[in-house]
Amino acid sequence: MKSSVIVFPGSNCDRDIAVALEKMQFKNQMVWHKETRLPKSDLIVLPGGFSYGDYLRSGAIAGKSLIIDEVIRAANDGCLVLGICNGFQILTETGLLKGTLLRNKNLKFINKNVRIKVMNNETKFSNKYKKDEVLKINIAHNEGNFFTDDNHLKELKENNLISFKYCDEKGNVDDQSNPNGSLENIAGIYNLKKNILGMMPHPERMVDKLISNTDGVNLFSSLLN
Amino acid sequence: MKFSITVTLKKDVLDPQGKVVQNTLNNIGFNLKSIRQGKYFEVVVDEKDQKKAEKKVDEMCKKLLVNLIIEDYKINKL
Repeated sequence: MKSSVIVFPGSNCDRDIAVALEKMQFKNQMVWHKETRLPKSDLIVLPGGFSYGDYLRSGAIAGKSLIIDEVIRAANDGCLVLGICNGFQILTETGLLKGTLLRNKNLKFINKNVRIKVMNNETKFSNKYKKDEVLKINIAHNEGNFFTDDNHLKELKENNLISFKYCDEKGNVDDQSNPNGSLENIAGIYNLKKNILGMMPHPERMVDKLISNTDGVNLFSSLLN
Repeated sequence: MKFSITVTLKKDVLDPQGKVVQNTLNNIGFNLKSIRQGKYFEVVVDEKDQKKAEKKVDEMCKKLLVNLIIEDYKINKL
């Protein structure tokens, strides 16, 4: 499977995701944001980081960069797109995903391992997980507080487009297990066609027992499945 | 032609920064009911016709400066 990681000035998880993809046997290429042609890809990844120093709004400037037109075209043609953290923020700024990420409710940058629950395990990104499986996964963000309007929330629920929700170790989804104030504990969402996933947690940080755990591995093996 | 753009969070959107500022102002003796934090831009457009210029500024708000899901904006000619 061929993957492309888009690199913006200020991206800082681009190398991590590249290492994870290569470890999982993806043929990966890094693509600079000023490119106007995208290499043939089965998966495009918008990595985490602070593209353009989060100027204006997180992801706003990257969402208007040269390569983004190509990403939008590929996404509309059905190419798989994964946006992690800042990548999720960029996806909402391009309009590929609806909703937005607000400042964390407690106004603090949060970097810690949290638990998330797999809400839908029937997608290209999640078919190797069990439904309601609880993953231990790292979050590191200042603007991760998911917010959207009532119509979109309804659409998310009716079409099973919520990918992950923050929860506790036992899988309870409640205010105590919500780290950043996200609407209904939402940690990640799909578009209607489910070929685009945006998520705040970092699966690429959870692919090696030596440094963390392997709870992120199944996301990548799902893609290869 | 010069314009100002004021961007504010919509009424129903939580404004944690504004809340902290409000608490601090209350603590130092200003009793206020509410405060909302926003952004302010000044743009100079190379355009003589005011209608056209306003349209341009409106377009830049919609395309980049404002996130319409959570923010409102006001344009004023300076």
